[in-house]
Amino acid sequence: MTTVSRREFVTVLAAAGGGLLLGYRVEGGQRAASTAATASTPGATSPGFAPNGFIRVGPDGGITLIMPQVEMGQGTYTSMPMLLAEELEVAPDQVRLEHAPPDDKRYANPFFGEQMTGASSSVRAFYEPLRRAGATARAMLVAAAATSWNVDPASCRAQKGVVTHTPTGRTLTYGALAAKAAALPVPDKVTLKDPKDFTVIGTPAKRLDTPSKVNGTAQYGIDVRLPGMLIATVAASPVLGGKVAGIDEQKAKAVPGVRQIVRLDDAVAVLADHMWAAKQGLAALAIRWDDGPNAQLSTADVVQGLAKASETAGVTARKDGDPVSALAGAAKKVEAVYESPFLAHVTMEPMNCTVHVRKDGCEVWTGSQVLSRAQAAAAEVTGFPLEKVIVHNHLLGGGFGRRLEVDYVTQAVRIAKQVDAPVKVVWTREEDVQHDVYRPYYYDRMAAGLDLRGTPVAWTHRIVGPAIVARYLPPFFKDGIDIDAVDGAVQLLYDIPAIQVEHVRHEEPVLNTGFWRGVGVTHNNFVIESFIDELAAASRQDPVAFRRALLGKSPRAVAVLDLAAKEAGWGKPVPRGRGRGVALLYNSWGTYLAQVAEIEVSGSSDVRIHRIVCAVDCGQVVNPDIVKAQIESGVVYGVSAALWGEVTLKDGRVEQSNFHNYRVLRINETPPIAVHLVRNSEAPGGIGEPGTAVTAAALGNAIYAATGKRLRKLPLQPGLASSTR
Amino acid sequence: MVTLKINGKLHQLDVPADMPVLWALRDVLGMTGTKFGCGMALCGACTVQLEGQAIRSCVTPVSAAAGKTITTIEAIGDTPAGKKAQEAWIALDVPQCGYCQSGQIMSASALLASNAHPTDADIDAAMAGNICRCGTYGRVRAAIKQAAQGAPIGGKGARP
Repeated sequence: MTTVSRREFVTVLAAAGGGLLLGYRVEGGQRAASTAATASTPGATSPGFAPNGFIRVGPDGGITLIMPQVEMGQGTYTSMPMLLAEELEVAPDQVRLEHAPPDDKRYANPFFGEQMTGASSSVRAFYEPLRRAGATARAMLVAAAATSWNVDPASCRAQKGVVTHTPTGRTLTYGALAAKAAALPVPDKVTLKDPKDFTVIGTPAKRLDTPSKVNGTAQYGIDVRLPGMLIATVAASPVLGGKVAGIDEQKAKAVPGVRQIVRLDDAVAVLADHMWAAKQGLAALAIRWDDGPNAQLSTADVVQGLAKASETAGVTARKDGDPVSALAGAAKKVEAVYESPFLAHVTMEPMNCTVHVRKDGCEVWTGSQVLSRAQAAAAEVTGFPLEKVIVHNHLLGGGFGRRLEVDYVTQAVRIAKQVDAPVKVVWTREEDVQHDVYRPYYYDRMAAGLDLRGTPVAWTHRIVGPAIVARYLPPFFKDGIDIDAVDGAVQLLYDIPAIQVEHVRHEEPVLNTGFWRGVGVTHNNFVIESFIDELAAASRQDPVAFRRALLGKSPRAVAVLDLAAKEAGWGKPVPRGRGRGVALLYNSWGTYLAQVAEIEVSGSSDVRIHRIVCAVDCGQVVNPDIVKAQIESGVVYGVSAALWGEVTLKDGRVEQSNFHNYRVLRINETPPIAVHLVRNSEAPGGIGEPGTAVTAAALGNAIYAATGKRLRKLPLQPGLASSTR
Repeated sequence: MVTLKINGKLHQLDVPADMPVLWALRDVLGMTGTKFGCGMALCGACTVQLEGQAIRSCVTPVSAAAGKTITTIEAIGDTPAGKKAQEAWIALDVPQCGYCQSGQIMSASALLASNAHPTDADIDAAMAGNICRCGTYGRVRAAIKQAAQGAPIGGKGARP
């Protein structure tokens, strides 16, 4: 997504217990919740300069970072403390973390102007603010020590939570200095370290959350336990827009342990002493549904709608040169249509939310990527003002964009409103798969022109799909362009004189759609990198060499492409039935990633992946081990989707329900994944999603290399089985 | 009434005989380290050990576990194999979101207890039932191998 220019202001706030509490303020964050008019002049009309993050230095020397970003596996609970620790001169494992409460004023992600963990943005958004906050705190602690000793601050140095007066060797701990530091003026300017002096940033520091995740003590939303709490499970209408027509309440109530049935217009919940009774009670309800207007719809209807929309022009998101005449004058024209299906997230922790609605307020326990939205959702349902809604965040058992939505919070609060006790609403896996907010179905029309030497002279890309950003972040939906839907397409690095990228907005109200680990670029990269491979084939050139020749203006892209090719043994012969495919990613995350996949297709058309090699340039690396883990993670998530991932509709209902028919990669199917980092001091790029986005194209291109079959529709495995050359 | 022996302690539970062990642990006994993932023995998040064997607690009724020894993630560190697995998991920073890792470690420690030097094929066979959506598989494999590199853990597969 976009970045905005920002200045940070550090303020001292009164700290309980005589400690030093620093907040940092960010100016210029676009207010997602405000109107488009406000956001059109970012910075100028931001409502106040509210702090959005806090460090607490306690009198005992304990350092607390109140974490605005949530941990869902991506390692932010380690990388954020590392940023702070670097400039504060403490070890990362000296920093204690607290989940931040919902508060857009204090804890907004500077990129979005609201409290949000997503879009591979945490390091990018907080790289400077957190370092500045740490540096400011350190400067004040040093100044406090210098005052105590009546010496020049320049003769003191801070290290590992202690200030030392170098000439005399006297020392004072941060804890001893906290109260005095809090009384000092905040320096106007602090100098951030030169990257060459980093001792924390760039090191493979251990994850701070690992110990609790190997012994069962890590607390996820689903682990909440409260006195008197009931456990509920729920069935929402299997068809979007359907209503509950009837239930057998008595049969459900006869199940031992069932306490209450809550009927909403579009869902029914059974509340019980435990999940087993709730599940059995729900089954006993034998719910009858009024399916509503979507009852007859199938995937084919969706595709038909998209195909029709693709015949019309869209909003132009990028235009270079004159693509129409360049295409018309080309020696050779290549055209293709690509399709990418609906996808579910299938986080390991199914959706859940615990709510206690009291007379005077409401309390919510959950795991969310958007805590302030969770709070607002509960406030809206209950009618309480925001300050009467307390939200407790937990570790997330996977996010992938699913927990950017608050539908499960809204639903749980609607249920809890009718209950005189705290209620934990837990979705079954079936409910989770069938009531996701899905990655949209996208339909892409491509055309390119080649000159007589096979060099591309024109490139047009028409993207058909919904505008998620228009719904989710209206201020970022400008001039009719969904920056997410065209992500990766508008940043096309290939040096082609005539380029046009269009988005045809086409909303399909048959399923709710939203963000999914990369979203727009997950399909754009598949389309672009498959199509560039088609052009290489059309001009009878090697896929790496063909790309390389078009990357004259992108040395960082060339570097990762060369590195991945070299490490993968590109060009070396492979046995019959095997093939290597390459793909290159660059988009709004600012990271360059090249992947080479080596696969084999057996006689029965099964794809076996032998290995995957990635070369990554994400600029300044905060923690190389976490970067590698995230690329590995993204690749595995991407392989599942690329080979098998597909949510389909029949009679308005999602046909998949659990891991047996929504297949995901298992350990025995996972190839070795090598990740090679290109290290430099460029601005940090996002790392949570690139591995996912680049994988489908690399696999598709490898299948082409192995079999000669060009697959233009995801998922690949069923397409390979049914395709003809 | 059913009596379950969990982590060396006896628990008398007034629950239906067909209740899966998973819900007895989580919702009745408040032992939330064992996770709910699918309810159909497809994902392994709910893995516990019954008499040292990795089983899916979401489909194992309490009646089938009565009188037998149940070990969960909360106590697996007290076993030699479990301790080695946990140490290797920490050394290699295996977990990401961590939600599936209780089940991964329960399956891995059952493997290590019965097979001190598992091959890749042994690891595939023992771990294929444990899904990880964060894709930590490469590190799970490496951690099992690292855990196995120490002194033999014991069990039938142990070598002198």
